Amino acid sequence: MLSDLDISICLIAIAPFIAAIFAPVVQRFCAGMTGWVLSVVPLSIFVFLTSFIPEIAGGGFVYAGFDWVASYGLRFSFFIDGLSLTFGLLISGIGTFIVLYSGAYLEGHHHQGRFFAFILMFMGSMLGLVFADNMITLFAFWELTSITSFLLIGFDNVREASRRAAIQALVITGGGGLAMLAGLIMLQQLSGQWNISGLFQYAGVIAEQELYLPILLLILAGAFTKSAQFPFHFWLPNAMEAPTPVSAFLHSATMVKAGVYLLARFNPILGGTVEWGVILSIFGGVTLLWGATMALKQTDLKQMLAQTTVASLGLLVMLLGIGNEAAIIAVVLYLVAHACYKGAMFMVAGSVDHATGTREITALGGLGRIMPFTLAAAIIGVAGMAGAPLTVAFFAKEEMYAALLHDGLSGLLAQPQDLLAIAVILVGNALMMGVGLAILIKVFFGTLKPTPVQPHEGSLSLWAGALVLGVLAVFTGVAIGWTEQYLITPVASPIHNLLVNGQLYLDLTLFTKPQFYVSVLTWVLGVVVFWQIDEIRTRLRAFSRVLNWSFDALFDWLMFGLVRLSDALTRFWHHGRLELYLLVVFVGFAAAVIIPLVWENALPPMPELTALPFYEWSILLIAAIGLVAVLIARTRLVAIVSLGIQGFAVALIFLLFGAPDLSFTQFMVETLSVIILALVMTRLHLDQRDSRIFQDVFRDGGLAVICGVGVTVLMLAVLQNPLDMRLSDLFAATSVPLAHGHNIVNVILVDYRGLDTLGEISVVMTAGIAILALIRIRGGGPQTGAGAKKPDSRGNRTEKAA
Amino acid sequence: MIEFALSALIGLFFAVSIYLILSKAIIRMLLGITILGNGVNLLIFTLGRITREVPPIVPDGLLQPATTTANPLPQALILTAIVIGFALFTFLLVLGYRAYQELDADNTDNMRLAEPENAPRPPLSY
Repeated sequence: MLSDLDISICLIAIAPFIAAIFAPVVQRFCAGMTGWVLSVVPLSIFVFLTSFIPEIAGGGFVYAGFDWVASYGLRFSFFIDGLSLTFGLLISGIGTFIVLYSGAYLEGHHHQGRFFAFILMFMGSMLGLVFADNMITLFAFWELTSITSFLLIGFDNVREASRRAAIQALVITGGGGLAMLAGLIMLQQLSGQWNISGLFQYAGVIAEQELYLPILLLILAGAFTKSAQFPFHFWLPNAMEAPTPVSAFLHSATMVKAGVYLLARFNPILGGTVEWGVILSIFGGVTLLWGATMALKQTDLKQMLAQTTVASLGLLVMLLGIGNEAAIIAVVLYLVAHACYKGAMFMVAGSVDHATGTREITALGGLGRIMPFTLAAAIIGVAGMAGAPLTVAFFAKEEMYAALLHDGLSGLLAQPQDLLAIAVILVGNALMMGVGLAILIKVFFGTLKPTPVQPHEGSLSLWAGALVLGVLAVFTGVAIGWTEQYLITPVASPIHNLLVNGQLYLDLTLFTKPQFYVSVLTWVLGVVVFWQIDEIRTRLRAFSRVLNWSFDALFDWLMFGLVRLSDALTRFWHHGRLELYLLVVFVGFAAAVIIPLVWENALPPMPELTALPFYEWSILLIAAIGLVAVLIARTRLVAIVSLGIQGFAVALIFLLFGAPDLSFTQFMVETLSVIILALVMTRLHLDQRDSRIFQDVFRDGGLAVICGVGVTVLMLAVLQNPLDMRLSDLFAATSVPLAHGHNIVNVILVDYRGLDTLGEISVVMTAGIAILALIRIRGGGPQTGAGAKKPDSRGNRTEKAA
Repeated sequence: MIEFALSALIGLFFAVSIYLILSKAIIRMLLGITILGNGVNLLIFTLGRITREVPPIVPDGLLQPATTTANPLPQALILTAIVIGFALFTFLLVLGYRAYQELDADNTDNMRLAEPENAPRPPLSY
């Protein structure tokens, strides 16, 4: 039975889909107010989720769901713990602002209703993903996020760049999802558990299995493609073709975090091994540096933010790879910090674009005086990017450095890999900070530059979301004690599978810790990067011109290669020459007849030819003559007559061997066939001769002989075995007593197999209708004789059944 | 045994019909299909074993056949097959005739409407 709680928890994921169905209708009636109306859906989910906070913060879990495919043990099931609740709150909270923002951003767009539907569907998929307990439920929602993301990226479907980005995202994330499915199924085969919550009891056991490495690699493939890890990172910057609300929601705050969520979720099950640590740290580190460097190369605001998002995702993956308590705390803090400030920064970028008509950083300047609220949101956002004190991002950075400084400075120097890691994180953070500063200062300060649109401050819904998210990022930083109780411990504990106690305080002890000085170093380096950003950009661009290669080009090459391959395959098999298709069919026929006979060593012995009555011999001979005559006939009339000869010979064979019904029908059909054929053929000006060249005659003739001999040998082999006569005996025995008919064949047709006969009549009728249609189309004229055939074939039928 | 002789004849039916079907001329293919139909009917008939001159009919006044009769089951199957084969034959004939009228061709090499020689290549773009 479903309890109310089950239903309401399932509704968290399902309600947005229901809302999506009605979104276009709402849009039609509410027009400008649609965003406000529809934002009620994510807002109510958010409020509902907050009601779980006390229980979850106290270390509890909530399970819900119902049977899906009970025979396979599949449930449509969900569970709420600190990790999923935090994600759920982020998704529904940011989602509320995004829906509001979209209402203003896309105001007047002729497909705005469709856009709302897509974004709500995405939200439902994402909520389902993070709350899913059953792994198949997880996979279903995982792929739904890929599909809805495809729809959103390709929203502006008239532009090719948009379509390409959408396909790219779908191919990469969808492909990764399939790999993940394989990994999940292997995990289930290993443990017998479909539920993630049930897998926690196997923590540490899975890692000792032989299948551990394949499972790990497959699940990582899913997480890395979704979270844009190097070398699958390139779809994310391209996905910025989507409208800005999408970039803010999917490609910074939520969907790309799904991979990180997956890694965090599976950390207790698969993590803690050397493989896990090495793979995650290396891929994460490379992604961090690559993304941060690429961000410096860009001048488009959204592209800069997208590349820093790639870098941030790399940082998160790297921290999960390091995996000690401080690193996990850093993951949780950075996750929340990044979702808030990056979401805010994307909304800022969108507002700037909306207000000025450009996103080129070189064309912008001095907007601070005109857009004060946006400026305020931007300042807080960049403070987050820089990890400035008082923001939650500051603590995130402190913790990530602390994760590597656990043995103090001397311990660090003794561990080269830790030293390398801390250098990577430091440089990555500094580069991202430089980019953030560039966005803030170049866009909002300095002299006002002329832009395509006269700049103006956007409406409330354009800046409110960014500002609230920014304030939230600061609040969680200032009230770090509260954050620890309600965020860090409940979230980090399920990731780490142990009770986590952060011991974070905002007081003077900060200055005594070594990580604080690494943070200071980061800020110094960040300012230097900002100072030199134009120079760095010029150098990077020159370098990439020399390199003249990109992952995008590789992707295109692969996709077009696939198209070319399928084209070549199609042309090879689907060449349009009918006789070759048929040749393949008959080669297959010959193989199917002969190979099993030889393989099973079932070749029959040579039969003894016994004397037959002369009239039987002569009938067989007539049939053979008729066949050969059809083959070698010089004129079509001879061919038709010869066809009649073999047909009548068959009828005579039926007559001789106790089948008068067949014989009559066969006579009738052959007569009609010959007459109709003669009528039609005289109207055609056909080639008299078979026009096959010698090689074709040899090839076709050879194949025909092989098939013919094969059939004969097969028949001889079958005739060696006794025939099962039970059915025939049954019919013979019951024909009179049960069906009151003396002609057993007719009784079978109309009684025992009556339905079959009905089908037969339907075939004849369909053929008649088809013939009529063929003749009527473009008036070929029913006088060809074809129209007269339909009643004839029916006439046949009635005689037989009588 | 008559079955052996018939088996050889049926092999000839198959060989001739397959050779005709492999032709490029529509009308020869049609002849081939008709002959193949006859060959298959004979095959079913022969594999049901042959009984000479005793049709499967229960004499008046009896409840069961007095002697061994021909096997009625293959006959019932073949009767259906003959009629359906005839429907197929007429349909194909008219189809070939109309194709000849519309496409002015009775040679499958010249019937490339559905699969043209230089069909457009798939686009290499998104």
